[in-house]
Amino acid sequence: MRITVTVDGTKYTDEVEPRTLLVHHLREKLGKVGTVVGCDTSNCGACTVHLDGHSVKSCSVLAVQADGCEVTTIEGLARDGQLHPVQKAFHDNHALQCGFCTPGMIMQSIDLLADNPDPDEQAVREGLEGNLCRCTGYQNIVRAVRDAAQNMSPGAGPEAERISENKHVGVGGD
Amino acid sequence: MTATIEPEVGKSRRRKEDERLITGRTRWTDNLALPGMLHMAVLRSPFAHAKIVSIDTSAAKGAAGVVAVFTAKDLDPDSSIGMPCAWPITPDMKAPRRPVLAADQVNFAGEGVAVVVARTSAEAHDALEEIDVEYDELPVILDMEAAIADGAPLVHEDQGSNTSAVWKFDSAEAGTGGNVEEAISSAEVVVKRRFRQQRLVPAFMEPRACVVDPTGTQLTMWSATQVPHILRVMSALTLGIPEHKLRVIAPDVGGGFGGKIGVLPEEMMSLLVAQKLGKPVKWNETRSETMLAAHHGRDQIQDITISATRDGQVTGLKVELLANLGAYNGLVGTGVPILGAFMFNAIYKFPAYHFACTNVYTTTTLTDAYRGAGRPEATFAIERIMDELAVELGVDPLELREKNWIKHEEFPFTTVCGLTYDSGNYEAATAKAKQLFDYDGLRAEQEKRRASGDKVQLGIGISTFTEMCGLAPSRVLGSLDYGAGGWEHAAIRMLPTGKVEVITGASAHGQGHETAWSQIVADQLGVAFEDVEIIHGDTQSSHKGMDTYGSRSLVVGGIAVVKAAEKVVAKAKPIAAHLLECAEDDLEFANGKFTVKGTDTSTGIADIALAVFAAHNLPDGVEPSLDSDATFDPENFSYPHGTHLCAAEVDTETGRIKLRSYVCVDDVGVAVNPLIVEGQVHGGLAQGIAQALFEGTEHDESGTLTTGTFADYLLPSAADLPSFTTDRTETPSTTNPLGAKGVGEAGTIASTPAVVNAVIDAVRHFGVNDIEMPLTPMRVWHAMQHGTTDAGGPGRGEAGGGLGSIDASGGAQ
Ligand code: FES
Ligand code: FES
Repeated sequence: MRITVTVDGTKYTDEVEPRTLLVHHLREKLGKVGTVVGCDTSNCGACTVHLDGHSVKSCSVLAVQADGCEVTTIEGLARDGQLHPVQKAFHDNHALQCGFCTPGMIMQSIDLLADNPDPDEQAVREGLEGNLCRCTGYQNIVRAVRDAAQNMSPGAGPEAERISENKHVGVGGD
Repeated sequence: MTATIEPEVGKSRRRKEDERLITGRTRWTDNLALPGMLHMAVLRSPFAHAKIVSIDTSAAKGAAGVVAVFTAKDLDPDSSIGMPCAWPITPDMKAPRRPVLAADQVNFAGEGVAVVVARTSAEAHDALEEIDVEYDELPVILDMEAAIADGAPLVHEDQGSNTSAVWKFDSAEAGTGGNVEEAISSAEVVVKRRFRQQRLVPAFMEPRACVVDPTGTQLTMWSATQVPHILRVMSALTLGIPEHKLRVIAPDVGGGFGGKIGVLPEEMMSLLVAQKLGKPVKWNETRSETMLAAHHGRDQIQDITISATRDGQVTGLKVELLANLGAYNGLVGTGVPILGAFMFNAIYKFPAYHFACTNVYTTTTLTDAYRGAGRPEATFAIERIMDELAVELGVDPLELREKNWIKHEEFPFTTVCGLTYDSGNYEAATAKAKQLFDYDGLRAEQEKRRASGDKVQLGIGISTFTEMCGLAPSRVLGSLDYGAGGWEHAAIRMLPTGKVEVITGASAHGQGHETAWSQIVADQLGVAFEDVEIIHGDTQSSHKGMDTYGSRSLVVGGIAVVKAAEKVVAKAKPIAAHLLECAEDDLEFANGKFTVKGTDTSTGIADIALAVFAAHNLPDGVEPSLDSDATFDPENFSYPHGTHLCAAEVDTETGRIKLRSYVCVDDVGVAVNPLIVEGQVHGGLAQGIAQALFEGTEHDESGTLTTGTFADYLLPSAADLPSFTTDRTETPSTTNPLGAKGVGEAGTIASTPAVVNAVIDAVRHFGVNDIEMPLTPMRVWHAMQHGTTDAGGPGRGEAGGGLGSIDASGGAQ
């Protein structure tokens, strides 16, 4: 099947097998290897990306389902050499060790903050329930998300707007 | 005067590694795509134990995209290749050959039977379905006690027994302490318990993977491994590849926790297949394969007997273990219980000790190192039985610990195992933890809740611990029959522009070596943190090393970096003297500068690097080189320690557990980067708590792993864990120049018993004195209903013999 997907602002048209998962399309066909695969049961969340502004596990979406959609991956977050505030918060709060869960965690955190710009600890923990991390014990991830929320709160400057942009319009667009 | 620069060591530096990891520019093995690369998939046995009658690969060979299909006969026609075991713990240890692919018989569900190589991974996996294997089932052997009983069916018929080896230590025989049997028979109080260490999955998030490229002048293998150097030498020895023709690269590795310490049959298959086909080959496993075929951890039955005087002085400890090896000897799995042997006496001054471990074969996945490797198992047993002894004696469990532990002024202290602990201050860590935890306040609340019969009961769990970190002094490893040394290598290259390249043999998989090593070098050479680049994980650039496991990176590898830096300074000194036209003795080195004593005449290390590069004006006979090469072999382990306190609330109607607070004060000696230390502690706590409450593998009667995916195996998410209060005390190690002790395993080691002790403490008045891990609500509820020690495991909670032993069904105060 022929599909067109806009990934991180670039439009790609490709032939895919109907069974191809979005994550494999991203990694193998488009070279977007920043998104990774950690399981085969849609439990780990390592593959989380944004599809039309909402977080999805890209291992549970068929590439053909993304036809005509906009996908944002971890590789499309930083712009003009500027990290997304959530990326920066992960760095500032030592919210990663091996980093394998990190792309998915960051993508999920951005979605979580779009839904709830000022989550308390429990809300962050519940919002990240579908993303597993074996290294950090989550505490610093929770701290990072709440720190990012502070930095993106109204009045926190232009970075604050990016969150809604990512959420509702997708990054880049065409 | 030289300006003082703020030291880097001790600073909570944010990590250098993060930049690529948070932007998706990480180099995972599975990201590699080489020209002409093929994909390999492994057909795995669905049976735990079976003869292979026949394998028909003809249909698979004709399947779409398939390039080749191999069985054992094709890969290893002489059946000569056996996977290595580096730790023959006794001279008579059995050594059943573990083939790269099973030829005649499979011995665990998940063992490789055939491989398919195809153009794409999907095609390779599709073609696996086309292979027709006929099996003849053999008896499944899952239970360790049944496995070593007379007349039991054998995993390896030709070995004559399922007992691999029996390893013993006795303090009376070793001359390090008294006789345990005497201590027990003459004791006023004896407590005996059986604990079970359930089998766990290391569950690194990046599945294992490797890529082999045979198209250059060397064979290049990329692997998601913890041990590129060991993998290279073991691959060379196993397959007869000339070592200099093999380059192993561990790019970014997504976690290991001991789970990526093995030398894998899949790595050997990839090497063989790539050579045969002359094309690059990638193997990347699915999570379900990881669960089945990557090694597991723990899995011990521990029979523990402790004897004491009525006033609480422990007089002896006897430990008898059954350790489940799975179907074969792993790379170091045979020695994991032996590492634990030295930690059962933990922080205590026990006068007599006896340890015996029987390693057992069963038809299950191999076990091998998993975070802490042997030491969490030991710490669990001793910290659990100290609680049981405290109940028997009617004293506060913390008081009992204080009564028996090594006092600060008694260090260095040689334990009943013969280890000498360099330094420690259990009093300070405990005092701090108690205060942060509000120990007395929580005890009072516990009393109140118990008296009022509150639906939610409160329990307090204690775990004071130490571990031997920094694996390891080579001579000690030799005395334990381990096959290699424990040194580590580092090299430093001063570049002409004053920047520094540091090569380390300790290959990282998430621990932050690039940051910590840069901090060390910045202090040693007086250069900027940013001016240091750390090179690791490639046997070509980092040509020597022993890799990363056993909390050894910093206290062995980091010290090698210090030694290498000292050599650079020593090499620079005569050059500095020459340039400044003074005697070497007149120079002092600080903050990157050689200064003529008592003057402000100086030259910096960067200037010397440039002078060396130019080589126009060097002293006679001095090589134009500011490079160095150092290895460090520690004289002793390091012994971090800590006090962990856990408050658990148990809903007595449902058995549900809520961790209300968790406080730990760890003493890891000098912390090079407190931020990284804290992160490691958090991660360790999560793993240890997960053993207590959530994780455990299960097999059905046919030996099928019923917890074979993340849907069935309960890896905790953020919602399952609390926030922790972590703090530190700092008692520098006296055995290395940094004073560091190692931290990677501490959280895991200490937290499991702290949590279990807390839960048992909460429900002890229901007559509960043990619950098998993981402490699921069902098990807790069941234990409360029946007032027993046990939720169904066979042979649990046996009453001990001897005076004053606790009855299995009792234990209530
Ligand atoms: S890979 Fe998608 S959830 Fe695990
Ligand atoms: S940082 Fe390693 S899995 Fe999360």
